[in-house]
Amino acid sequence: MSADATTVNLTPKQFGSDQDVRWCPGCGDFSILSQVKKALAATGAKRENTVFVSGIGCSSRFPYYMSTYGFHSIHGRAAAIATGVKAADPELNVWVVTGDGDGLSIGGNHLLHAVRRNLDINILLFNNRIYGLTKGQYSPTSPYGKKTKSSPHGAVDFPLHPLSVAIGAEATFVARALDVNVKHLEYVLERATQHKGISFVEIYQNCVIFNDSAFEYASGKDTKDDQTLYLEHNRPLVFGKDKKKGIRLNGMDPEIVDLGDGVTEDDLLFHNERQAEPSLAYLLSRMRYPEFPEPMGVFRCVERPTYEDMMMDQISAAREKQGVGTLKSLFEEGETWEVN
Amino acid sequence: MVVATQSQDAGKGSDKVIELEEITVRFAGDSGDGMQLAGTQLTDTSAIFGNDVCTLPDYPAEIRAPAGSLGGVSGFQVHFGSRKLRTPGDTINALVAMNPAALKTNVADLEPGGVLVVNEDAFNKVNLQKAQYETNPLEDDSLKKYQLFKVPMDRLNAEACKEAGLTGRAAGRCKNFFALGVVYWLFGRSMEPTLKWVEQKFGAKPAVADANSRALKGGYYFGETAEMFTVRYTVAPAKITPGKYRRVSGNEATAIGLAAAACRAKKPLFLGTYPITPASDILHELARFKNFDVRVFQAEDEIAAVCSAIGASFGGALAVTTTSGPGMALKTEGIGLAVMTELPLVIVNVQRGGPSTGLPTKTEQADLFQAVWGRNSETPLCVLAAATPADCFDMAVEACRIAVEYMTPVILLTDAYIANGAEPWRIPDEDSLPRLDIEHPTACEDGQRFRPYERDDKLSRPWAIPGTPGLEHRIGGLEKSDGAGDVCYDPMNHEHMIKTRRAKIDKIADTIPDLTVVGDESGDLLVLGWGGTYGPILSAVERCRDDGVNVSCAHLKYLDPLPKNTADVLKRFKQILIPELNLGQLRTYIRATCMVDSVPFSKVQGMPFRIGEIVAKIEEVLSNGKKS
Repeated sequence: MSADATTVNLTPKQFGSDQDVRWCPGCGDFSILSQVKKALAATGAKRENTVFVSGIGCSSRFPYYMSTYGFHSIHGRAAAIATGVKAADPELNVWVVTGDGDGLSIGGNHLLHAVRRNLDINILLFNNRIYGLTKGQYSPTSPYGKKTKSSPHGAVDFPLHPLSVAIGAEATFVARALDVNVKHLEYVLERATQHKGISFVEIYQNCVIFNDSAFEYASGKDTKDDQTLYLEHNRPLVFGKDKKKGIRLNGMDPEIVDLGDGVTEDDLLFHNERQAEPSLAYLLSRMRYPEFPEPMGVFRCVERPTYEDMMMDQISAAREKQGVGTLKSLFEEGETWEVN
Repeated sequence: MVVATQSQDAGKGSDKVIELEEITVRFAGDSGDGMQLAGTQLTDTSAIFGNDVCTLPDYPAEIRAPAGSLGGVSGFQVHFGSRKLRTPGDTINALVAMNPAALKTNVADLEPGGVLVVNEDAFNKVNLQKAQYETNPLEDDSLKKYQLFKVPMDRLNAEACKEAGLTGRAAGRCKNFFALGVVYWLFGRSMEPTLKWVEQKFGAKPAVADANSRALKGGYYFGETAEMFTVRYTVAPAKITPGKYRRVSGNEATAIGLAAAACRAKKPLFLGTYPITPASDILHELARFKNFDVRVFQAEDEIAAVCSAIGASFGGALAVTTTSGPGMALKTEGIGLAVMTELPLVIVNVQRGGPSTGLPTKTEQADLFQAVWGRNSETPLCVLAAATPADCFDMAVEACRIAVEYMTPVILLTDAYIANGAEPWRIPDEDSLPRLDIEHPTACEDGQRFRPYERDDKLSRPWAIPGTPGLEHRIGGLEKSDGAGDVCYDPMNHEHMIKTRRAKIDKIADTIPDLTVVGDESGDLLVLGWGGTYGPILSAVERCRDDGVNVSCAHLKYLDPLPKNTADVLKRFKQILIPELNLGQLRTYIRATCMVDSVPFSKVQGMPFRIGEIVAKIEEVLSNGKKS
């Protein structure tokens, strides 16, 4: 590693490659690409120490558009490949770019296990709730009843909710952002890369061709204030144009209340991203459109030792105790005898 | 039993001691009876004494099948001799049967006149029923062709262990050492190595150590005192190449070879793997080698195992994944990615009986086609096969050498037979190992963009690793332009890359040894083998040649590419015989690649070849050849 503290940060543009970006005009991926570059620049990342690993799908073309190291792999396996990269060199800044099909369908198993192991990797799951690259079949996050080419009568599968899955596997950093809310997206990405441990970020990403306006409720001028709720640590859950609405707990269930008439902010549920138990984060992940405003921002951010640190600690401890292994000690372990 | 000399012993009383060239002993009992341990101890003791040794464990897939049942019998066969041994023995000279089920499933392999030691106490009504015996075989005439010794082991062992203070059940677990003690006496083995092992293993539990020692001695002194065994047998030390030795199983040798290659390459070894029989012991071994900077990742599945290894290879580690047939099937797509990205990767397939789950604990060598051809599209890689347990070390090192030198995945085929079998391994001189010098590029010429698919004279591309400034590049499963390495859909480039990937694998033949012939360089018959059939084939050919039969043999350890002289060697013989544990995969492959036909000899029973089977086949082929 050649981290030189005195060098100035690269610009976002310097993180871009010379390849033509081949997403459809208007795709939400463009915005995500820009904000990732900004987040890297803002956090002082080095191109040579940064690796983007992806699977298959529209989002997975991402590494080609970066000037860092990159690996465009096979469908669903990015998390597993990234695990190997990180184990080979724990100093690297490793990112996984995946989609709802890549990450939750064919690659669901790897995603789950990368999360529970708490490797220091940033997983960006671009959720457009559709298969784009294969031209418009329903995905594991498509809503029940979704009509697509492969479900002309409506999908009869119930969807997975990415953040509920990640929290179920006890991800140490869980967040959600929206492609077109660029400032907030960049903020979330910076938080993700600064977190030591697994960072799981679901990004609502609009597919203009096969699932246009799927997130209109969260991005539309007239609906976004009532249909989203931007989380702040240690702050009450308020939303609405004038922040006059809030979320209160009724027993175990959240309910929407209007502030005033005896209801104050102190009656509301307060966000605590550092709560060790994931129950609050899980409850937030269950608040869904249209019944509830969907929470955006950092759901959970807790500390836990990383897989690679613990792996390297075991190696250091063994080397301290047994000495650095030599061929002689390898060969002559256990019972040996001489033949003359 | 091959008798070398007979002598009247001057030792104990009027015992007769017969000196033999080789002896095969099999322990058989319930899978929880500790038969594998008893066998391993006899192996070590014999090796330390100076015999050549070859072993074959045979155990059921169930860890603890119902006690006393036929399906739950576990066996361990030890062949030790005063000459070079290459197989665990065709028939057994002595059988130790701990219960009726063990007797029933093993006695057919015992030679007539062979020594049969049974635990008489286990031959009760319940156990006889479980083993489907209608009458007690110890009391009818069915075993009269053997030298039957009925030893009440439960009772004698309990007596021997009494003073160690263990409860009845715990003391019962020492029964295998009581049986071992009887065997040690019968075959003139020293108890010292095992007593030392007991001390080391159970030192922290003095009562257990004491009980096991007492059980071993109890069995030994019973043999000596009871006037039951009138004949004892000895086997003199073998003439073995001088040097320092240890016992290795094939899986141990594979693990040591992989770790040694990483040491030579001055790299961390990354193992991405998922537990699977019979490959898991490689994982268990490597997991212990932390002080060698071995990074073991037990993945969530076979796919993650290979993919993590590919990622680690990209990240600059020497990367390995280990598995068996069903796991290979799952890894196929990942292996294709490694071929496309031209990253070094070693894939070890410890072959087992298939298809599907098949016979998980039994041996087979039916994954040759899968290794050579079993991927979508034109996806060539290097395929190697180890010949013996100790050879797994050499071939593991060789797989690593080829992987890093040619930037390619390498499949190393072993099988359950050599993976679980063990033999003495002469510890190699460090300088005799390949160097595995790896040069990662460190910079580009000023202003030049790094070209990840620029090739050297081996057609190998540069291994630039993340962390290196100026060499940032992107790889992946999409076709790349040669040289620059950008995504490229150009038809001519694709064909060029397809051919180049094949040509690169062919070039590996420049650095591998020629195929050598044992016996005459030309003649009526060549027996060609590959992988784990080496021992029985060579032994059979040597036996035939000793009898004046004109037959030679050659053994392939490099399957893709083949040694350059392969076709030339084959064409010097009138007939080729290919014994293999499948329906003729090497035969088909040799026909396709060398345009040489051969006589197949298939066996697919989950068991290795016996020497005698191959000898008979050689005689049959030669006599048919004369007729035609």
